[in-house]
This record gives sequence, structure tokens and C-alpha cells, in this order.
Amino acid sequence: MKEFDSGESASIVSVTDRVRPLPLGMAVSSVHFLGDNAHFVGAEEKIAVASPAGEISSIDVHFGAILCTASDGARIVTGGDDGKLVELSGKGGTSVLATDAKRRWIDCVALHPDGAFAWSAGKTAFVRSGKAEEKSFDAPSTVGGLAFAPKGLRLAIAHYNGVTLWFPNMAAKPEFLEWAGSHLGVTFSPDNKFLVTAMHEPALHGWRLADNRHMRMSGYPGRVRSMSWSAGGKGLATSGADTVIVWPFTSKDGPMGKEPAMLAPLQARVSAVACHPKQDIMAAGYSDGTVLMIRLDDGAEILVRRNKGTPVAALAWNAKGTLLAFADEEGDAGLLEL
Amino acid sequence: MTDVTSSKIPVTVLTGYLGAGKTTLLNRILSENHGKKYAVIVNEFGEIGIDNDLIIGADEEVFEMNNGCVCCTVRGDLVRIMEGLMKRKGKFDAIIVETTGLADPAPVAQTFFVDEDVQKNARLDAVVTVADAKWLSDRLKDAPEAKNQIAFADVIVLNKTDLVSKPELGEVEARIRGINPYAKLHRTERCKVALADVLERGAFDLDRILEIEPDFLEAGDDHDHDHHHHGHDHHHHDHGHSHGGLKHYHDEEMQSLSLRTDKPLDPTKFMPWLQQLVASEGQKILRSKGILAFSDDDDRYVFQGVHMMLEGDHQRKWKDGERRESRVVFIGRELPEQMIRDGFERCIVT
Repeated sequence: MKEFDSGESASIVSVTDRVRPLPLGMAVSSVHFLGDNAHFVGAEEKIAVASPAGEISSIDVHFGAILCTASDGARIVTGGDDGKLVELSGKGGTSVLATDAKRRWIDCVALHPDGAFAWSAGKTAFVRSGKAEEKSFDAPSTVGGLAFAPKGLRLAIAHYNGVTLWFPNMAAKPEFLEWAGSHLGVTFSPDNKFLVTAMHEPALHGWRLADNRHMRMSGYPGRVRSMSWSAGGKGLATSGADTVIVWPFTSKDGPMGKEPAMLAPLQARVSAVACHPKQDIMAAGYSDGTVLMIRLDDGAEILVRRNKGTPVAALAWNAKGTLLAFADEEGDAGLLEL
Repeated sequence: MTDVTSSKIPVTVLTGYLGAGKTTLLNRILSENHGKKYAVIVNEFGEIGIDNDLIIGADEEVFEMNNGCVCCTVRGDLVRIMEGLMKRKGKFDAIIVETTGLADPAPVAQTFFVDEDVQKNARLDAVVTVADAKWLSDRLKDAPEAKNQIAFADVIVLNKTDLVSKPELGEVEARIRGINPYAKLHRTERCKVALADVLERGAFDLDRILEIEPDFLEAGDDHDHDHHHHGHDHHHHDHGHSHGGLKHYHDEEMQSLSLRTDKPLDPTKFMPWLQQLVASEGQKILRSKGILAFSDDDDRYVFQGVHMMLEGDHQRKWKDGERRESRVVFIGRELPEQMIRDGFERCIVT
């Protein structure tokens, strides 16, 4: 266990002096890059945009809380408690993609690389893809998470007691992957072979899609709120423990029967993870405000931000992997250029 | 929930059988000039005519925790709504969760015990049950949900008292007391009740268990004077005699059980016994509370529970001259009374 209270005694390499501080002055829940501009999504109403030079501007997106966000690098789509689904393009323009007829909260959103997008309100998941009209699917219970498969137009809808795999443009009956409990986050492995959910209880559940074999990934002290695939999909890095837990996905069996790597232990819980888009390194944010860069093969650490106290809420790399942005829950943010 | 951090947003759970007057009470709370803003989680939109507050529709989705405990059910939709609401912290002062008329209050309460993130930001304040003075007696016979709601309540608003005669009112109150003698009971017409009587009660706050003592004491006020040393109350027995005009009823199914002793309890016996009791009988035990005097311990120990979930803590030092008496209350369905009494007796230091 390490602590960073006394900078002198810590033997860790530090780049804290190279971080450009960004005081955003608003609560933040996530960050995405559009080009080289970091877009910090506020807890309500706004997105704050920081250029690499550190200029900050803000854009209004919702009248109320921003409940979910997704980005494909070209746009950011947010859902709010105002019942709206809003798109922000890289040029800074916003447009309303959808308004819920009953003004229900927009709970989840997912983007497809070809431009299709999905969102959910209550039990209903909606999909709109380029030419086709809007389609909807009623899950058996409230939708906890949405994810598009990397290939084809196939949507995973997480809900209670499992995940529904739905092809919105096909008549086929949706496939149901059953596992008791409440499934919240959901993600496909980049090779399209595995599906993983973050559950309400502190555990992940996975399925190998070829034969729907179950994978149980448990042992976390807290709920897993952040998951990130490492470059090439070799591993799935997760928050929820006092170390970064990285599940191996290199073999055809995925993590079945294997121990995860446990990296960068601190006396605080990992609150956010973001793998580098190209190299085998990642960034991790902790509940005490620490941000580390971690090399995946040997766990070597570099200190990016000290333990200022407030949990890290947002963490992201730009597509080139040259910029790392982070923010704590209260909007104390920073940008590191590598 | 145990800590006193006032930054945690209080949550009031509003229950009551169909037609008892929940919406009337809710509208009254929201329209009164109290200068506070409420976030209200409802199941039916449209019945509430207030623009000033945040109204959120819920689906009352209950799911079982994956921990092998069948009664550890939580409201999944509430977990999600609380998470969304916390993004708007500072925009409201308190939260009211209205349940449907047929709902069991336990999953709502348990959500505040088991979900780490919910607990970090909010605290359960009280379960308030609105009951219909005219029809409750009938519902207690034919609707298990209505009985659950009475048994679970910290505050009971006995509404529509203008529609019943005085003897009828006495009858329904006695039936309520037969199930739950510990809740604060308010007689109302059209839910006219002081807001201070239903909101900010701190009923789940361990540090305020002290403040609900009058109900603890009143509970067996009429005929337990000589029985203290036996750890015996007779309040739930139907002796057929009346006190202050109140008849005493014994509900065949749902009872409360009160235990007390002025001898110290052995914590190495009591705590395992209590844990074991709620583990084996937790489905039957709806609520439990206690103030305990342990041997060789100068602190009062307090605990409370919902079904199998317990929380407890040292509360404060016993005051000089304060009677070091342990009191434990269980409210539940078909409680194994003798087994509980015997188990409790065995925890007393002899």
C-alpha cells in the first residue's frame, strides 16, 4: 500500500507538474475528447470544453440533470432528466435527436460507429439508424445499460435478470441471456466474442457469445461503475476495488478459470478507469482523488494527480493517445499532454 | 443512515392502501407554505398539481439481491432514480417516495440499507402510512398488504375520521395498536396533519431512537407495571378489558413483541443471538429496534433492523441515575414468541 501524502518519500515517478489545471467550477460526471478538445460533461445542464491550451468554454445541453453520455470521437450524445437526447458535434453545434413523448428521464445512451444511436427511457429502448425509421423494444424491466455490438446493428440491452440481444432491423426474436440480478452497465469485447455486464451487486457477469457460457467475475468490495477495454481488447480494466482489476480476454475462454491482474493498489477505491487507445497503458482515478498512469504488463505507475480528497469522476484519452483528461466530482480537472 | 451527517437528504416513504388518501397527503405536503422543495417519486403521474417540485415517475421494480437471502429485496428503479437525483443536489431539500397501494414498504426501506451509493447521499427518515378509518378494519382482514403497511409504519395517519362514529374509531385504533403499538398515530380528516408530524421524524436515525421512547413506554403503559423484571408486556394480548376507552386486540397474524430487562445483557451472547434470530426468522420480522445495556459497558447500544438487515452502534454514555434497562421490540408476522423470549432471557447476565 502506498500513500502520496508526503511527496518526498514517494519513490514514484511524478508528472503532476506537467498537468494543466482546469478549474471547471461545476460538478462533472464524465469526459470525452472530440479531436483534441476535452469535453467535460457536467452533472447538470452543461458541457465544459477545454482546448489543449487550457481555454475553457461551456455549452448548454440540458435543462436539468445529465443522466447518461456516450461518444464515438466525432460527437457526444447526452440524455437528460428533461426527456431529451442531445447531440454535440465536434464543431460545437448541438441538436436535439429525440424528445421523450412522456418527458421521461433518458437513462441510457449508446452510439454505433456507422452513425446509429440508441437510448432508453424506463423499460423502452429505442434505436435510430441512418435511413431506417425509429424502432423500439420493451424490455421486461427498466433498462440498466445499452451497448452496440462492434459488428452489425445489434444492441445489447441490460435489465433485471439478464441481457437482451436485439437486432433492430431483423424480424428475428431477440435473444435473452439470463442471469439473476440487476444488470447496469454492459459492454461487448472489441472482438465481438464476449459480453460483460456490471451488476448492482459488486460483481461483473459475462457470457461467451458463441455458446452463452457464463463467466462470473466477483470479489469486488464495491459496485463496478467504470470499465475500459485495453488496446486490442486484450483485457478489461475495471473500477470498484482498491486496485485496478484487469480481466484477461486473450484466450478463447476469456477470463474463465483465470485470475485477474491486480494493479496499482492504494488505500482508496478505484473510481474511474481509461485504457490508452494504442498502447498497453491505462489511467486510473481513485476515490481519494489520485490519478495514476499504469503500465499493464508490469504495473509500473506514474503519478498524474495527488490525492486531493474528492473522488475522480471522469477520465479519458484522446484518440491519438497524446492527451489525458481527468476531473473529480467537483470539477477540479486537468489535462496532461504526453 | 446511522451517522448524523445532516447533508444526507431525508427520504420519507409514503404508503397506504388504495383510496386511503396518500395523494391527498402528498398534495397537502407539497402545497403548504413551508419554503422547502421536495423531489417526489410517484407511480402515477397527473394526480399531483404542483409545478414547483421535482416529480419523478417510478416503476416500483423490486428485485432480489443475489446474496441468497430471499427477503433481501430492493427497489431497483429507486437506486437509479436516486443516482439521477443526486446530480441535482441542492435543488431540493427532501425526497418523498410514494408507493402504490398494494406495495410492501420493505423493499423501499431495504434499498436504503443495502445500496452503498444511496446510503452515501440519502437517509431514510420514516415510513408514513395513511389508513382509512372507515375501511381499514375490513382491509386488515382481507388485504395482507394493508396489514404490512400498518406493521411497518413509524407514523400512521388515520384518515377520514369524520366518516366513522366514535366507537368505530376506537375499534379501528385498537386494531392498529394490536399490530403496531409503536407508531405515532394521528387522527385526521382529509389528511389534515401538521407537517412536522410526518416529515423529519428521524425514525431510522439510531441517534434519535431516544426520541421515540415515549412510544416505547406507552406501548405497554396500561398493564405491564409489575412485569418489568420478567421482561414481559401483555399489551398485545386480548384481555377483553379496556383502558381509556380502548379495547385491546390481538391480531392473529401480525404482532409486536416487546422484551425488557433491567439486568445487563451479555454482548457476546446477545449479538450472536440477534444475528441468528434475524437470519432464521427475518422473513417474519418486519421491523426491530432496541436500546441495550451491556455488562461492563458504560455506553447505550442501539440497533434497528428491517427483516434480515440490522444496523447498530454505541449511542452515548448512560447518564448518572438513568435506569440501565434494555428494551427490544419486534414487529412481525407469526413471531415465535416463546422462542424469542427464551433466547432473550439466556442473554441476561445472571
